[in-house]
Formats: sequence, structure tokens, C-alpha cells
Amino acid sequence: MTAWVGARVPRKEDRRMLLGRGRFVADMARTDTLHAGFVRSPHASATIKSIDVSAAKRVDGVLDVLTGADLGDPFLRSVLERDEFVPTKMPMLSGDRVRFAGEPVAVVIAEDAYAAEDGAEAVEVEWETGPVVMDIGAAVAADVEVHSGTRNCLVDLVMFDDPALDRIFADARLTIEATFTSARVSGLPIEGRATMAEWDDRDSQVIVHTSTQVPHQCRSGIAQALGIPERGVRVIAPDVGGGFGQKCVVSREEVVIAAAAMRLRRPVIWVEDRQENLTASVHGHEQRYDVTAAFDADGRILGLAADITCDIGAYSVFPFTCAVEPLMAATELPGIYKVPAYRARGRGFATNKAPTAPYRGVSRPQIVLVMERLMEKAAARLGVDPIEIRRRNMILPGEFPYTGVNKITYDEGSYLESLDLTEKKITEAGWYTERDRLREQGLLAGIGFSCFSERTAYGTPTMSQRRMRMTPGYDTAHVRMDPSGEVIVTTGTSGHGQGHETTFAQIVADQLGIHPDQVRLRQGDTDLTSYGWGTFGSRSIVIGGGAASKAAASVAGRLRKVAAHLLEVGEDDVQLADGRAGVRGVPDASLPIAELARVVHFQTHQLPEECRYGLEARESADPPGTFSNACHATLVSVDPETGDIRARKFMVVEDCGVIINPLVVDGQVRGGVAQGIAAALYERITFDQEGQPTSATLMDYLVPTATEICPIEIHHLETPSQFSENGSKGMGEGGTIGAPAAVLNAINDALAHRGAEFDHIPVMPEDVLS
Amino acid sequence: MKDIHLIALAVNGNEHEIVVESRRTLADVLRHDLGYTGTHVGCEHGICGACTVLLDGEPVRSCLVFGVQADGCEVRTVEGLADGEELSDLQKAFSRCHGLQCGFCTPGFLMLSEAYLSEQDTVPDEAEVREVLAANLCRCTGYQGIVEAVRQVAEERMG
Repeated sequence: MTAWVGARVPRKEDRRMLLGRGRFVADMARTDTLHAGFVRSPHASATIKSIDVSAAKRVDGVLDVLTGADLGDPFLRSVLERDEFVPTKMPMLSGDRVRFAGEPVAVVIAEDAYAAEDGAEAVEVEWETGPVVMDIGAAVAADVEVHSGTRNCLVDLVMFDDPALDRIFADARLTIEATFTSARVSGLPIEGRATMAEWDDRDSQVIVHTSTQVPHQCRSGIAQALGIPERGVRVIAPDVGGGFGQKCVVSREEVVIAAAAMRLRRPVIWVEDRQENLTASVHGHEQRYDVTAAFDADGRILGLAADITCDIGAYSVFPFTCAVEPLMAATELPGIYKVPAYRARGRGFATNKAPTAPYRGVSRPQIVLVMERLMEKAAARLGVDPIEIRRRNMILPGEFPYTGVNKITYDEGSYLESLDLTEKKITEAGWYTERDRLREQGLLAGIGFSCFSERTAYGTPTMSQRRMRMTPGYDTAHVRMDPSGEVIVTTGTSGHGQGHETTFAQIVADQLGIHPDQVRLRQGDTDLTSYGWGTFGSRSIVIGGGAASKAAASVAGRLRKVAAHLLEVGEDDVQLADGRAGVRGVPDASLPIAELARVVHFQTHQLPEECRYGLEARESADPPGTFSNACHATLVSVDPETGDIRARKFMVVEDCGVIINPLVVDGQVRGGVAQGIAAALYERITFDQEGQPTSATLMDYLVPTATEICPIEIHHLETPSQFSENGSKGMGEGGTIGAPAAVLNAINDALAHRGAEFDHIPVMPEDVLS
Repeated sequence: MKDIHLIALAVNGNEHEIVVESRRTLADVLRHDLGYTGTHVGCEHGICGACTVLLDGEPVRSCLVFGVQADGCEVRTVEGLADGEELSDLQKAFSRCHGLQCGFCTPGFLMLSEAYLSEQDTVPDEAEVREVLAANLCRCTGYQGIVEAVRQVAEERMG
């Protein structure tokens, strides 16, 4: 019997991509397709006195120019049903006021993209510029308001306010006060955003092909903004060239392109350029943590208080809201450590920058950085080994499931085992010897660790605690076997590089006893799949895959009934494997599964009532969430002459429960670590004092290449989750979550003897030199 | 009045004659005028390398080359790598080594690697492969699978 789950199955997706036959949105433009170009604000803060489109309409090739007023001033308002949250409106095309440089105010529709750009340049807007709010300090001061009447604070949550904390801080052997910051970064998928919409008279709906992670949310957003029923919109995500969170919120441009196609009754395409992607698409991770932590003489943490402030930019993204980062941070800061007393305040401040959205990791790269730095600081101050201090504080074997001070229940993990194995592996591999050798060469060198868990697969039970008006969580799968014994699976999750066509097929193939090549996944189409929440938050394998597993098990049950009838045996004696329905203990008695499928469809009258009419099932999954975990270690060198910092070695010991496909898991880990190293050493979205973006090209925003990212060694532990259908845990973000802390700890290890200490990312050469 | 030109170019051995505006990029000519949408555009300023094609055998950023500059040239794109439906050794290695995830940067890496490998007469070390591949950006893989794929093909081709 072949088990596909756990096998290194080559990806089904690869062939079309390698042949250049993928189908991305920008590939779909036909000769009759019109091209859109957006007119964007050149100012970070301005009032619009007038917009004159007459000259633009005369530009050769331009068909129309639309402002917000032309479209009925559509807007979106994302809501958290909490008193501590201030809802704000996000206009799809701003008509009166702009709040960041790059904000769209009009769209030009033209015969090709060149003419659209010509037209955009010819739109004349009279601006009256205003003062700007460019950092959290200015936002707090509130001398200028980004949204009138809000004092710039759009969410302010105090959680777990333990009254004993002040006494604990006063009495403790060691109390540390520290500030940690992380820069604004971009998810930066290599395919930027892209949307093509066309009106379909057959179904009286607008069909929106868009590069999204969340097709149903996109449909809901378009329908809400345009005031039309959901059935009036069909959203299709074709091949999507990466997302990393940037495509898990509804873009204003997606709504505008849909509206333009409905108005013009012509297909309209918009393909974002890289400058738009860096300036007008969403960012993430711009946060500051002011932390107080108390430890006893042995290094055990006694109490933790954090004032967390997030620069959320100019608008609250739909549907997650601007609370996504402060809420995540305040709720999950303690992480894998047993913190007995805790207080957190999480605030989100509006500034004149592009909005922030959930970027891979969502606050967890920062909270892990905070906890891992605290452990290192306490160890140094108390004279405890920095590895040992983690062992003294982490949730240990025998303590799972563990419910923390933050009311989160952590399912079984391997926090201690992963740390122990990492330490063993790097010692065996000679990292400490290598560190000494580098130091002898005149380089500064250090080794850093990071221990963490990653809550994944947030189902409704967990998401509902956030009190979003649109609460994501569940997902639904439909499994249908056709008369030739092959299967179509639909899911509301929407893969974009994660290999779901392969991994879902492995899960379903095992349930049905068939080959993964006989299973096809249909995803990313709101007319073909049940309402679902898309792919983000490391949710798809546990929730989408869990639903598919349940639905396939249901179909397998039907197949067993059919086989029992045709083979004249008991249903419990039938087993499905290797394409056949066999009978336990009777090797000669079996039927091909394809024959069962044929009979069910073509000669259904031969079967008893309960076996007739198709082989299909629909199931949902809605778990509370599950924690994968990992330990990261890295060896970093720092050139004292140039300030150049290099991650030279990187090791990951990870545990995502049952692995569906090791190839895919390793790929997710490596890609995630690369983004984590990027955030620690290279990437930073910047502005000047007037709010002009100064990282608007890939020459200014430094995405690491193959020479900056070192080989990443991976070892696996496998602790199955009791909270997921197949024992697996999500793992799409862990690499990005753990790596920044490991890199930062390694830099500090390298510089410790010089008395330098960094608590911010990215650490740049100029930081080292100063 | 548009500034238009008649150009002739061969793409993957197929001859094309086409009228283009002088400002039209080779990437747009290939993708939108001739239908070779396998070549992807990722940044339009020559950094990401997703649009890399071979122009008379040399890797170029097709977003930085105008269509008129390709007049009389031979262009090779990702669609020209396979032998019919049979993947090339390089394409197979990318899949085997998990050198792609979302697949958007993949055509650029394939063409860059194809040009590099065609010039090798010894098996390069990993550092050199990384140096060459640093011409392009990938956001999904952390590069390791791509590096490994190119190294494996170099070894296979050197026997």
C-alpha cells in the first residue's frame, strides 16, 4: 500500500511553469483588452482642489479617464467590533484628500499600457499640500491628524493587565527595560499586483481575474464597495506569482478595474509596475516595542510588560483592518516561554505612508526578536548560559497542552528537542571552530539562536476573538470522483507557489487509494468553490487540506460500500489501495476503483439505494489553530572595515507535525529564512521628511540575491497535532519569523566584546561602522 | 503620429515580421505582439531579471531592450527550451531540486542558466554559480534549489 503523504512527490505545478505555459494575469490580455494606468498622488498629504481630465482624454489612444466621482465614490470600511477600534473610510479613488504619496485619484483607460501612461501624465490635478505625519512619534503627538478626529490612534488595546506586575518588577533580582524596533518592509512578490476584469452578459456579472491570495474576500470587497450582490462578481485567481501577504487584502485597484470594466463593457487590464508596488502597495512590520521584563537569579522570567506601537500607514486594509499587527503582537508576545505575569498594550497609529497589511509572519518576527533578545540580555546580566536560560523558561515536554498567561493553548511541540538538536548539529558541524577561525582572520564573527513557535491555521474559534466584522477561519472542500475513477477537489484556499495542487492530491490520494496524478485541484475561482478564506496565515494544509481529507474520507466510505456490494463482502473488510478495492485477507478478491466509479455512474441501478448517484462529498474544517515550532541558528561574520554583515551558515530544526511533502516543506523553510535574513540585514522602506518614498526602485530596496543568502541546512522533527485533521501543522511563515532574531543575536555575539548592542532590524553596515 | 518601424526577428527559430512603436520594449513585443508570454516582466528597470531572454545567444533583460533593437536578431525564450513536450535537462533539474515555487521568476533563471551553462567547460563551484545567479531575483525559494539545479546540470553535461 502506497502512502503518498510524506513522500517527496515532484510538484504538478512545475511542468507548465518550466515550459513558460503558466497563466498569470498579465498573460491574459487579448487584442480587445483595454489597459489601465493610475493617476497617483505625488504628495504624502494634500487636499485635491480640482481634477481636470480633459487634456488626458485627448491623448492618442486614451478612451476614458475615470475619477472617484465618476464611479459613485466607492469606498471600503473594514471594521473591528471593539470600542478600542476607530473605523475609517478608504476611498477607492480619492476625491478630496490624499494621505500618502502613491494614493490613486483617477484611472486612465487606453488602448495599450503606453498610452495609459501618457494619459496619466496629462491629468491635471490641483493640489494643496498639507503637513505630514511620518513616524510614530509625530503620530502620538497628534499635532497633525491623518484622519480628522482620531488623534491618529486607530486601535488601542490593553490586554492581560496583571496588577501584580509593578510589584514583580520592583522586587525582582533583575529587571530589564529595553526598546526594540523593526523597519517597514515590503512582501515584494516578483509578480506585482495585476487585475483584468470583463463584463459577462451571459451571467450578468463582472469576471475579475486578479493576482490574489484571497479570491472570495476580493469578491466580497468588490461587491461591498460597488454596492452590488456577490453573485454579480466572479473572482478568479489564475497562476499567482507570489504573495507573502501583499495579496491577502483587497486592493483599491481591484475594485476600480472591476468598476471600469462594468462601465465600459470592455475587458480592462491593469498590471502594476515595480514603482507602484514599492510605493502604493501595502507594507508591513514597522513596529516598536518598549518592554520591561523581570527575571529571578536563575534566569527564570517573572513578569513581562510591553507597550507595542505599530505604524499602520494611512488606511485600514480590508478586511483585516489595521489592528492585525498590534493584536497579534499583544496576544502572542510570550511565545514559547512560560511568563507568569503579563501586560500588553498594542496600538496602531496612522501615518502618511502606504497602508500596512499582514506580511509573512505578522508581528511574530518582532515578538520572537523581543523574547530572544530578552533571553540573551538576561543571560548576560545574570551570568547564565544563553542556551540554558531558554531551557529554563520554555514550555517543556510533559507540559503540553499548555495554556499560557495569554489564554492561548499550545498543542504538543518539540521546543526543547529542537533546541537540543540544533546545538548538537552545529557543534558537530564545527560552527564554533569556524567562528574562531573567522575571528583569527580579523573578522568579527558570532553565532545566534532563535527558538519559537508559530501559531498557524487560525480557524474561526481563534479569529473570532479578534472581533472582525468579516471573520475568516473555516474552509470547505468538495471531492468528486468521475466515471473513470479520477477526482476533482475544490477548495476555498488559493495557492500561489506553495504546491497545493500536489500536496492536496497526496492527501486525497491516500484516502481514496489512488495515485496523486488522478487528483486535480480546483482553487481560486469563486464560482467553482464554496466560500472560503484563501491562502494566508499558514492555514491551507491544515484547514483546506483538512477539509479535503474529510471529504475524501467520506467518498472513500461510499466506495467501500459499493465494493462491498459488488464483491459480496462486509464493508469493513474492504480496503482501498493502489487503485483497487481489495478484501482484507483475500488477495484474489478485488476490483479496480475505476470500475466502482463506472458502475456508480453508468449502472447505478445495479446498486442499492445508498450507493447510487455519484461519488462526492463536501466537508468543512475549522480548527482552533496549531503551533509548529523551530529552532534557528546562524553564523554571521561582520567586516570591521566595511561594516559588511554576512549570514554564512544557517540551520533550521523544524517541527510542523506530519509532513505532507518534504520537498515543499523545505522550500517554504528556505524561502522564509531568506525573507527573514532580508529583513534583518537588507530591506527597508524609506521616506524623506516630506513623505516622498526614497525606496521606490529595486536599486534602493535591496532584495537579497543568491550571494547574500547562504545554504540553509534543515532537520525535521515530527510531533503530530491533535488539533488538525491529518496531524500536520502550518509552516508557511516560520522561516521569516525565526530568522531575524537569530541573525540579530549572532551580530550581537560578534560585537559583544566591543560593547555594541543592537535591538533593531535591519542592522546595516553604517550601524556597525558607527 | 506614432513613430513606427517594421522589424524582423526570429524567436525560437520562428521568423516574425512586425510593426512596432520605437518605444515598445522587446518584452512587450515578445509577450503581447507575438504571444510568447512565458517571458515575465517583474520590475521594468533591469534588476529582477525575470524577463531575461537570449538575444543572439547572450542573456539580456528584455525590459531594457527595445523591440527595434532586436531587428534582424535571433531571440530565444523559455518556450524554446524543451524538445517538443520533453523537458530539457535544465528544466527537469529545476523541478527535481525544487528550484521554483510560484514560477514567476523561473523563465528568467532558466534563460540565464542556459546561457551560463552553454559557456562552461568545467564544473563550476557553488560560489561561482551563486555569483552568476545573483543577476536575478527570486522571492520564494531562497535560491538553494536553483543553485543546486544548475550545478547538477553542469555535472551532467560535463559527464
